[in-house]
Amino acid sequence: MNLFNLIADIEKADPEVSERFNFYSRRNLLKFGSNLLAAGIPTVVAGSLNQAFAQTTSAPSQAAIDTANFALTLEYLEDEFYRTGLATAGLVPASDLAVINQISKHETAHVNLLKTTLGAAAIAKPTFKFPAGTFSTYATFLATARALEDTGVQAYKGQVGTLVNDKLILQTALQIHSVEARHASEVRRMMGMKGWVSDPTQTTFTQAGVSLKTLPNVTGITDDNFRGAFDEPLTKQQVMAIAASFL
Amino acid sequence: MLLLHLIYYVMNKQQNETGLTMLPGQLEPVRVGRRLFLRYAGAFAAGGAILASCKEGEENPTTVMAPVDLGTGDVGILNYAFALEQLEAAFYTQVVAKPYTGMTDAEKAILTDIRDHEIIHREFFKAAIPAASRIGDLVPNFSSINFSDRASVLGTAKAFEDLGVAAYNGAGTLITDVNYLALAGKIVSVEARHAAAIRDLLNPKSADFAGDDVVAPTTGLDAATPPSAVLPTAQKYVRTPITATNLPK
Repeated sequence: MNLFNLIADIEKADPEVSERFNFYSRRNLLKFGSNLLAAGIPTVVAGSLNQAFAQTTSAPSQAAIDTANFALTLEYLEDEFYRTGLATAGLVPASDLAVINQISKHETAHVNLLKTTLGAAAIAKPTFKFPAGTFSTYATFLATARALEDTGVQAYKGQVGTLVNDKLILQTALQIHSVEARHASEVRRMMGMKGWVSDPTQTTFTQAGVSLKTLPNVTGITDDNFRGAFDEPLTKQQVMAIAASFL
Repeated sequence: MLLLHLIYYVMNKQQNETGLTMLPGQLEPVRVGRRLFLRYAGAFAAGGAILASCKEGEENPTTVMAPVDLGTGDVGILNYAFALEQLEAAFYTQVVAKPYTGMTDAEKAILTDIRDHEIIHREFFKAAIPAASRIGDLVPNFSSINFSDRASVLGTAKAFEDLGVAAYNGAGTLITDVNYLALAGKIVSVEARHAAAIRDLLNPKSADFAGDDVVAPTTGLDAATPPSAVLPTAQKYVRTPITATNLPK
């Protein structure tokens, strides 16, 4: 069932419905829910639609819902990863606890936010399996964190095209995307790496048809910095191939 | 894009026909909206001679500078990004050229990488935006920054990076061309990586790299700020007046 299309249909039939969605704040959810219940729509849907309609009058497309669920899957994975790490005695050194706690807090918040945004359309948390040794040493834990964060940045980036016409979910995705980049930078630097990515297999230096290395005023800039200046995306298929080792 | 080029060609042709595309005292043509241009044309007739004798970077608050208007549509947003990247590149160029007291090798390496990224971003936008609709080179105003003081420099860097992230996050939904949106996405996460690194230099291994002051703790969302709120902050560091009344909202 496509929930958002259903509501869009209701909206067509009753042009005032989006205004009413606007009017009811989350605090009025119960009252709102009971109204919907009378219309035969489960209360649980109300939260998400209330939020969606508070910001836009057009319902998210199925593609946008799928993308948000894809993001939710990654956030479930990250959230479970950091919570497990923090619950493993002696794993995270005291010196790094403030950082790991902050990241973990954000991943939990992202899960809750996406679940609220999607409402009844949200997928349930998959059962994850972490590769053997993930939580055995701090070095392995950090290396996994880096992979998850850098992949997360690439995953959100790869989805903006599918969201260009779904402003509500695009806005949320953008504001999560840069937080994942902050996480990635910090984790990389805790591992003694640079905060930015330089993939040595990247040997072409062109963005949007512009050849970067022949631009004016770039003499002396290293290939590493040409690579690092732009973060590259991954497709959903590429991300799922990486995530497969956790599923 | 073809349509856009056509529109700019026509606009350009109209401006050329006025014979006033090149403003007096400008090193290169500055595009201003036709309406704005007419409003300022009188001032320039009087101010041109002063402007022509004013060296770049010289403090002269009485000088009337040619304003730049960012324009409309996606190109307006690209100009907006170009303006912010110009500001960042100029800042880090000065930071690396004149290191603050006690700058460590590790700090210099980080700041040099960031400088190079910002220069690449600036030059990229300059090449990518059609010349007819591109804003000119902005004149920075860094008089409020003490470049010999670590706290002043890194505090400014933090403000610029956070502003850049919030600006890109706040402009994403204003972009209609999916290729430009993807491009903004490739840059904003680099700015966020910079922001985290600068914040970590100021307060190492604390929660500040993605602190509660910039990432809302209950939603885990980074800031998103519309151009109307970003530009007044950016303008404090740019002498060239920037107008953005025609940007998408």
